[in-house]
Amino acid sequence: MSAPDVDTTRGFLGRTRDIFARMGRHDLWLSFRSKPVVIVAAIVAGVLILSALAAPLIAPHDPYDMASVSLLYAELPPAWVDGGDPAFPLGTDLQGRDMLSTILYGSRTSILVGAAAVALSLVLGVAAGLVAGYGGGVVDSVLMRIADIQLTFPAILIALLFDGVVSAIFSHGSSDQYALLVIILAIGVSNWVLFARVVRSSTLVEKGKDYVKAARVTGVSSLAILLKHILPNTLGPVLVIATINLALAILGEATLSFLGVGLPPTQPSLGTLIRIGNEYLFSGAWWMTIFPGVTLILLVLSVNLLGDWLRDALNPKLR
Amino acid sequence: MQRDQQPRSDAAAPPILEVRNLVVAFHGLAGTLRALDDVSFSIAPGEILGVVGESGAGKSLTGAAVIGLLERPGRIDGGEILLAGRRIDNLPHAQMRKVRGREIGAIFQDPLTSLNPLLTVGEQLTETIATHLALSAKAARARAVELLAEVGIPAPANRIDDYPHHFSGGMRQRVVIALALCANPKLVIADEPTTALDVSVQAQILELIRRLGREHGTAVMLITHDMGVIAETADRVAVMYAGRVAEIGPTREIIETPHHPYTVGLMGSVPVIGEDAEDLVQIDGSMPRLNAIPPGCAFNPRCGEVMGRCLSQRPGLMPAGRSQAACWLMDTVTGDAA
Repeated sequence: MSAPDVDTTRGFLGRTRDIFARMGRHDLWLSFRSKPVVIVAAIVAGVLILSALAAPLIAPHDPYDMASVSLLYAELPPAWVDGGDPAFPLGTDLQGRDMLSTILYGSRTSILVGAAAVALSLVLGVAAGLVAGYGGGVVDSVLMRIADIQLTFPAILIALLFDGVVSAIFSHGSSDQYALLVIILAIGVSNWVLFARVVRSSTLVEKGKDYVKAARVTGVSSLAILLKHILPNTLGPVLVIATINLALAILGEATLSFLGVGLPPTQPSLGTLIRIGNEYLFSGAWWMTIFPGVTLILLVLSVNLLGDWLRDALNPKLR
Repeated sequence: MQRDQQPRSDAAAPPILEVRNLVVAFHGLAGTLRALDDVSFSIAPGEILGVVGESGAGKSLTGAAVIGLLERPGRIDGGEILLAGRRIDNLPHAQMRKVRGREIGAIFQDPLTSLNPLLTVGEQLTETIATHLALSAKAARARAVELLAEVGIPAPANRIDDYPHHFSGGMRQRVVIALALCANPKLVIADEPTTALDVSVQAQILELIRRLGREHGTAVMLITHDMGVIAETADRVAVMYAGRVAEIGPTREIIETPHHPYTVGLMGSVPVIGEDAEDLVQIDGSMPRLNAIPPGCAFNPRCGEVMGRCLSQRPGLMPAGRSQAACWLMDTVTGDAA
């Protein structure tokens, strides 16, 4: 509540300050503070994501710089193992690249792909859900049957199919160039259904509420009702799904890359690193696959825990 | 009483709302259901018309038809709706939107869902004001504060940036009323505006609605199933039964000397403080389903004074004292009355 006689039209700064002031008192923050597991998950996810984003700044070596990579240092074990070199804390791979640096760069690619894919699914799904829920009738039936059909395939199959088709369309030679884009599209397209269903059902609920009816009576256009009134009221569950889906998308990318249809070794993601390292697991070079694997597990687990917490914290029935 | 000085529909002033022979039907796979059948009434400027009836009698549907909020598969199959002498039932969609926003306000039953929980009341008010009036953001906000003051929100300049959940149910209903008044409408349709509120708040809200008519000349269509609300607020009453108007007339007349046997039964079933509760009258049977409305008068299976012609001929509204009732008992022309 603002002080009496404040400026009648609050500026952007005033509003932002209000929002932060409210957040400090928000249930979500209180619930966060009282859950140690969630705090740890947030710290782990935060550190992983931040260090991945800052990879070019903090990585000890540049794994893409061929000039600084030397085969002399190939297959070095981690620094604390006999024969390790302190310059390469987590050891090196077959080409002599520093594992820590490749993992940082690889996480960066994984997170980028995951976030972009989730953003794509979110936009597709939310749009489809709003249109289906608000429009109803034939539009609703068509969109939801498409969603039903897609749900009968595992998401990874859709992504594989999509990846195959798009790679075939682009000329063979240059497919590496588009690999990042293709995999984002493939994962994004394979995951929109959940968003669409949830948004559709919330839209149906909100559509029947009196404030939407009242807005219609006052002559607000359908588009404005959808964007201003219904959309914001459906975003709570969308946020939860997006968080959980981020973990799924990262995992999906890792799976595709592990299968060899994802990102090429020149642009390694965590999944690519695991696949490459996997071939040398039994020849004793365990560090090449274990470290990217542990990073992936930590990343997915912490994001998932955050998503679970968010789901419970935003669910009025569980409060 | 003050309301007795209010203009009536039979006065010289042309009615704000006139509904003529309105038919609303639902076309489904199982056939057509006539939910409103030949409904006619009018509301004069500043007048409050109470619409009463049991659940399913067509009260809310009448309101929805007037506002233009009929949901598929329901649609208007006949009749006319005139707002200040202009037909609005056949307007193209875009024009209807303008008309109903500017000239008709709506108040719904549940104040908890009548406001968008994510926008401050100020944002909702100014949005609506800006849709209809060419005002600057500042002027719209000033108008919003004014409206909140008018509906009795204390310290409106401070409360305008609050969210709906900062308000109690009664206060929220006041905000909803302010929202309905944004564009200075000629007609307000209030669909069970007090049902979700406790009795003391109810009285305040009703007083507020009554003041609208007095001070702004706003006509109000007050839909409710609560005879107490009607007695306290309405100038005239329309009693609905099975999608038809059974009786329409001045409130006092309807309450004290009802003519239609259904209205008689309805009034008999209202408990009066001080009387023995065992004297309450109950109308036997229940309202017919829409697919099984009997021929002739819809009330004939439950009527104690049913006559031969009630079973075959449908009565229209006939003069009955100061009211009009759709009952053959009132038929003095053919001399067939009991």
